[in-house]
Amino acid sequence: MRFIDEYRNVDLGQKLVSRIHRVCTQPIKLMEFCGGHTTAILKYGIRQLLPQTVEMLSGPGCPVCVTTNADLDKAIALAHLPNVIITTFGDMMKVPGSYSSLQQAKADGADIRIVYSVRDALDITQNNPKKSVIFIGIGFETTAPTLAASILEAEQKEIKNFYVLSLLKLCPPAIKLLLMIALVGLSEVKLDGIVCPGHVSAIIGSYPWEFIPRQYNIACVISGFEPLDILLSLVMLIDQIELEKPKVEIAYRRGVKPEGNRQAQELMARVFEPTTATWRGIGKVPLGGLKLKKEYERFNAESTFSITPPLPREPKACLCGDILRGAKRPPECKLFGESCTPENPIGPCMVSSEGACAAYFHYGVSYG
Amino acid sequence: MAKTILLAHGSGGKLSHDLIENNLVPPFSNPILNKLDDSAIFELSGRLAFTTDSYVVSPIFFPGGDIGRLAVYGTVNDLAMCGATPFYLSISLIIEEGFPMEELKIIVNSIKEAAERAKVKIVTGDTKVVNRGSADKLFINSSGLGLISSGVNISGSNAHPGDKLILSGTIGDHGIAVMSQREGLKFSSSIESDCAPLHELVTEMLEVSQKIHCLRDPTRGGLATILNELAKQSNVGIWIEEDKIPITNPVRAACELLGFDPLYVANEGKLVAVVAPEDTEAVLNKIKQNQFGVNASIFGEVREEPKGKVIMKMTLGASRLVDMLTGELLPRIC
Repeated sequence: MRFIDEYRNVDLGQKLVSRIHRVCTQPIKLMEFCGGHTTAILKYGIRQLLPQTVEMLSGPGCPVCVTTNADLDKAIALAHLPNVIITTFGDMMKVPGSYSSLQQAKADGADIRIVYSVRDALDITQNNPKKSVIFIGIGFETTAPTLAASILEAEQKEIKNFYVLSLLKLCPPAIKLLLMIALVGLSEVKLDGIVCPGHVSAIIGSYPWEFIPRQYNIACVISGFEPLDILLSLVMLIDQIELEKPKVEIAYRRGVKPEGNRQAQELMARVFEPTTATWRGIGKVPLGGLKLKKEYERFNAESTFSITPPLPREPKACLCGDILRGAKRPPECKLFGESCTPENPIGPCMVSSEGACAAYFHYGVSYG
Repeated sequence: MAKTILLAHGSGGKLSHDLIENNLVPPFSNPILNKLDDSAIFELSGRLAFTTDSYVVSPIFFPGGDIGRLAVYGTVNDLAMCGATPFYLSISLIIEEGFPMEELKIIVNSIKEAAERAKVKIVTGDTKVVNRGSADKLFINSSGLGLISSGVNISGSNAHPGDKLILSGTIGDHGIAVMSQREGLKFSSSIESDCAPLHELVTEMLEVSQKIHCLRDPTRGGLATILNELAKQSNVGIWIEEDKIPITNPVRAACELLGFDPLYVANEGKLVAVVAPEDTEAVLNKIKQNQFGVNASIFGEVREEPKGKVIMKMTLGASRLVDMLTGELLPRIC
């Protein structure tokens, strides 16, 4: 099939793999920021094809996983309000909050509907004029522009019953904080290179990553999600590392321009402004999230509805936080595959289709 | 005549009788049903297979079929996967108050046509109407009775190391066809459900081989789930090859777009056969001659190890575990 088979070509894949084996002379640590990359790497068995010297760590790039229990508890509290319809991406349903989950709230009678895009949430809003429809706005720069567009559409069509719980997060500030922590020696993770997110970069471009090679001397390549995309990105990263010339390169040229998608950036900037956000595993990230601007405050679910979520608590022994920082691998968690499985998840990384634990659980075991 | 189904249509009174005698019995008419006694009475001797299934698909109409056709073929296929020739079916309708009579007629007609196509008789049935909101439009339960010829011994626990796996055609068509019609996900495509009766195909396969060890139709949970069932039931390792699994480009594209793995997407007209190696070619050739098996392919084999697991060799050379479906299929968001 066009646009798929080219990027899974066996001959080209083998050439890239042998190039990696030939060129890589030293043990290196790479982080794939994006959960989509973690899943692809495990699903296509790319880890099995790499030399033992190349260590791949998964990063915090999974919007569901970095959503804190406190934020999940807010969503669940909103779901229990009368006359409210919650609209959410499906991945959020099973994520355990402190005491419950959206799935549990739905079973208890809350009206919660899975949507595939925020546009669908707007349709549900228009079809239910007597209800308040709240969209649980998780996501990164990838999701923010469509959410902004829907808010603008709701404003233009004078839709009065549409609200958003903005849990949107911005990726470069989170990486910056991770690298700062590592630099001052507070973290065990010392990286040689980063596989930068493809879809996030399609929106923001490559410039927001420039600080990484400049300030931290770490190689960066923006990658797509097909096997050849990832292998090519690894070749480019290893070349940079071997030459000791770290910079930001785009391997995902069919999706990412250096300047990104200007129109999407403008939409985001019209509706949202950066704010401090708490990421699970990383903590408070300055400018690491997006909140509604003042003029769009009437869409803000948190300030419109009065809720009293419970005091958040974290599950004991769950290593999601460490895993999101790349400090631990999923199999190092005592709960992994034992008490924490995709059917009975304890932490979010076991739930999301982009979660590192789920990816390791489904695809991590290799057979010769 | 009422344009919609009323609670009274299920009350057992006059309206119930009218509905049954005017709308349900005539299309399915046969001497056993027409007696309208509390049970169907008939003679059938030999090794029997008996199955039941409930159909709750939403939406009830989808490209390539509807809930009625599904109820007949799904039950027929459950019998066929045990090597049985289906004879008799029951059809039980649970209808939500307010359901349009026109749609009921379309579905009843679809049941009739499917039963004729599959050469089975509907010999007993029931109709209930529930309050609005207590059911989603229409649910159908269907039980089926079939006869197994002597010498046929098909079971999920019969897979032996060395056996080959045959898939009768492309995967994922039904699930994607249904999903393309779901609220909040509508997309236009040419993908149609593969909903089809497979018992004649099975009969033809059994004519050329007595060494068909397992048969299973990959419905809910898809191919990955039934392979895991077979591996566990037979306590063997199942090894499959990614590039030998037939799949159409539109289904692949839809799966890529939605973040679904086609291995987990439902089918309603496909089967997997586990066959002794010496008979594999003969069975494959026979399957390919049937209209529902044109794209059949040998896609894997049974080994001793790893017991109870399914391993897929991928095109790039690595292998990975293929797990059962956990939870529901959800789209990716990032």
